[in-house]
Amino acid sequence: MKTPKSLIRILSFSVLSLLSAWTAGCRSGKSSVTLAGSTAFQPFAEKLAERYMLIHPEIGVTVQGGGSAVGIQSALSGAADIGMADLVRLPAEAAELQPVTVAKDGIVIVVHPSNPLSGLTLDQIRGLFNGTIRNWKELGGSDAAVTVVSREAGSGTRTSFEQIVGGFSLTGDAIIQDSNGTIRETVANDASAVGYLSHGLLNEKIKALQVDGVDCTVEAIQAGRYSLVRPIFLLTRGAPTGAAAAFIEYVRSPDAQKVIGESGLIPAIQ
Amino acid sequence: MIRIGEKTVRRLLMAAAFSAIGGLLLIALFIFKEGLSFFIETGFRRFLFSDVWDPQSGRFGIFPMLVASLWVTLGAMTLGAPLGVSVAIFLVEFVPRSVMRVVKPTIELLAGIPSVVYGFIGVMVLAPFIRSSFGGPGLSLLAASFILGVMILPTIISISVDAITAVPASYREGSFALGATRWQTVRMVVLKAARSGIIASVILGMGRAVGETMAVIMVAGNAVKIPHSPLDSVRTLTANIALEMGYATGRHREALFATGIVLFVVIMILNTAAGVMVRKRVSGKRG
Amino acid sequence: MRLPPRLTQAFVVSLLGLATAATLVILVFVIVFILRKGLPAIDSEFLFTKPQDMGRAGGILPTLVASVILPLIAVAIAAPLGISTAVYLTEYTRESRVTRMIRFGADCLAGIPSILFGLFGFIFFVTILRMGWSLLSGGLTLALMILPTIIRTTEEAIRAVPNAYREVSTSLGATRFRTTAKVVLPNALPGIVTGIMLGVGRSIGETAAVIFTAGSSLRMPASIFDSSRTMSVHFYILAREGLSSEMAYGTAAVLILSVLAVNLVAYGLMNRFIRRRS
Repeated sequence: MKTPKSLIRILSFSVLSLLSAWTAGCRSGKSSVTLAGSTAFQPFAEKLAERYMLIHPEIGVTVQGGGSAVGIQSALSGAADIGMADLVRLPAEAAELQPVTVAKDGIVIVVHPSNPLSGLTLDQIRGLFNGTIRNWKELGGSDAAVTVVSREAGSGTRTSFEQIVGGFSLTGDAIIQDSNGTIRETVANDASAVGYLSHGLLNEKIKALQVDGVDCTVEAIQAGRYSLVRPIFLLTRGAPTGAAAAFIEYVRSPDAQKVIGESGLIPAIQ
Repeated sequence: MIRIGEKTVRRLLMAAAFSAIGGLLLIALFIFKEGLSFFIETGFRRFLFSDVWDPQSGRFGIFPMLVASLWVTLGAMTLGAPLGVSVAIFLVEFVPRSVMRVVKPTIELLAGIPSVVYGFIGVMVLAPFIRSSFGGPGLSLLAASFILGVMILPTIISISVDAITAVPASYREGSFALGATRWQTVRMVVLKAARSGIIASVILGMGRAVGETMAVIMVAGNAVKIPHSPLDSVRTLTANIALEMGYATGRHREALFATGIVLFVVIMILNTAAGVMVRKRVSGKRG
Repeated sequence: MRLPPRLTQAFVVSLLGLATAATLVILVFVIVFILRKGLPAIDSEFLFTKPQDMGRAGGILPTLVASVILPLIAVAIAAPLGISTAVYLTEYTRESRVTRMIRFGADCLAGIPSILFGLFGFIFFVTILRMGWSLLSGGLTLALMILPTIIRTTEEAIRAVPNAYREVSTSLGATRFRTTAKVVLPNALPGIVTGIMLGVGRSIGETAAVIFTAGSSLRMPASIFDSSRTMSVHFYILAREGLSSEMAYGTAAVLILSVLAVNLVAYGLMNRFIRRRS
């Protein structure tokens, strides 16, 4: 087979199959919905999409990550039918989009399990994250330098965290991680670390702190007693239509809201 | 029919031959298009030499990232260059050819290990080791340098081996005839003759270190600050783009593309330098 | 103080040997570490079922499929272009400013960081050409990335074909095209395949460029217009989100094994090629 002819044949075959795949892709009558955006909501959206497609096999639901900004942009540009965003305040560009709240998420302040503190006030949180409190003994802890761990600029979790706590800018010494999971790992591996992450991702390797004396629980969030809470939006350009509208409706249905609650977020509709 | 084909074939081939340059120009065009206006509006100086990067308040200075990229690359070179060149010398000059024929491909195989895997091992093994032995957060300049230093080894070794092998045997024989030992021959004759090839390998390795993204994000810690010690956490230019791109809108996004422009220019300079070195070697061999 | 040359040599040689040993130890450690932790997770369920619960359970089938299709698309585009370029450079022109420019362009393209390919692919293929996050966008981006490798290795392989072969063919009245197609390329084929395999290896392992262009959907791709997650991206996400370290190690092990297998095939072909030449 080692002749250029067969090589050419292989190549032309692959080009042809690409072309046929192209036309097949265009012709397929299956309607589809694409979601893109918030990495915090992405796993939940994937799970819901999986369940939705079991009930409605005729609709294909594709979920992309990328971040809240990607969600807003791709909803604007049409790259996605539905954008996902997890910001307390949507940016000006999102004005053209129609938001629907589908869940709420608590932001928990976390430390290493060996940390003796059990809670912080908003003032103390501000001090830790802007770098004015540099040693845990200033808060009555052990004598160790604080390692601040934060999300990257623009992240929905970080933006919401900074807006709710208010009036500070993050210390330049902060370690930056680009996901909830790595924040958790970093804090779990460093006895003097403090970070924040999505309520649904707490586990035994890290310790959650009370904020102003309130534990981050589903009840506290729903009762409005816990302050670090942000909404999760699905965004569409104009009112949603067709398959996108049907999927959003499903996400707000009792069944989907129950799944959201079981997986660690707080349902938007009770 | 065949004779008519000849001209068509030549034209087609020539068109294909410009695909690489076309791709390069297209990439340059789009990255410059998205980032250049920001670059000009902000000002060359303010963008490159201000050390405040705070997208929320609209302040974009990439000086800490420039410094970090520089240090991380230097660190990687400090480990990778001497180690890689030593291995190359050892394999060509002090080991039977049959051994080299096994070891060199093995090392080149390792160039194929995905960078995320290196990054993951950095997070799981290296960072905890640094944290417990030297203190600091572990995710640091040191960790990034070490991982990158290892990652560029195959590049440096492979190209250096080629350069050293290309030195004509007659050079060595002349030196032996004068009574020099093998090492004296290597030091005074072989390394001199292979110098530009070795330098090219180091420059290409450097290019890879500057451009590596995923492994660095995982192990460097990504703090935006000018490092004061190897144990400090740093953020490189590439990490800056990949970390924030997903969340960037408006000016912030443009600033990231402008970071891409800086990166592009740095890489082009390194490549041109490596190209000049290689050409020197070729013309040197001919002359 | 000067040591006797023999002693210096012994000292230097042991240092160089130590450096070589250290390099091999580090590199072997990387592979052994991943395989030891990852191999236990691999079974037929892992390889042949869909991921469940965001990748915490189930298998990696869709990512495996994506990791096969994406390199195929990239090669289907890059191989014809790259081989044509190499043929043009070696058989159809003399050294000139144009050939130098083409080579310089290819070398520069080879040096561009993958994150810049990702940005470009996102803007150009995903957004402007409206292909969306898809295997096609990712494949096109990767094609650009592996093009220089294919050009370079093909060029080397073609140069290694002895001139006598071409002369015989030409003297029998064959045109340049026929000579190239019937004599030069068949003799250079193993070298060309090596270049292609190296490109495939790079495509399988790439993360930064793929995550921005092929996206990260966990669904099984139905056509090349669907977004899909490759093994590298899946591994990155599993490792970053801390979803499941067992699954992460398992994916990494499959990833490493496939990249090594592809590279081994490439080197095997290359060796056969060299042996036949000499």
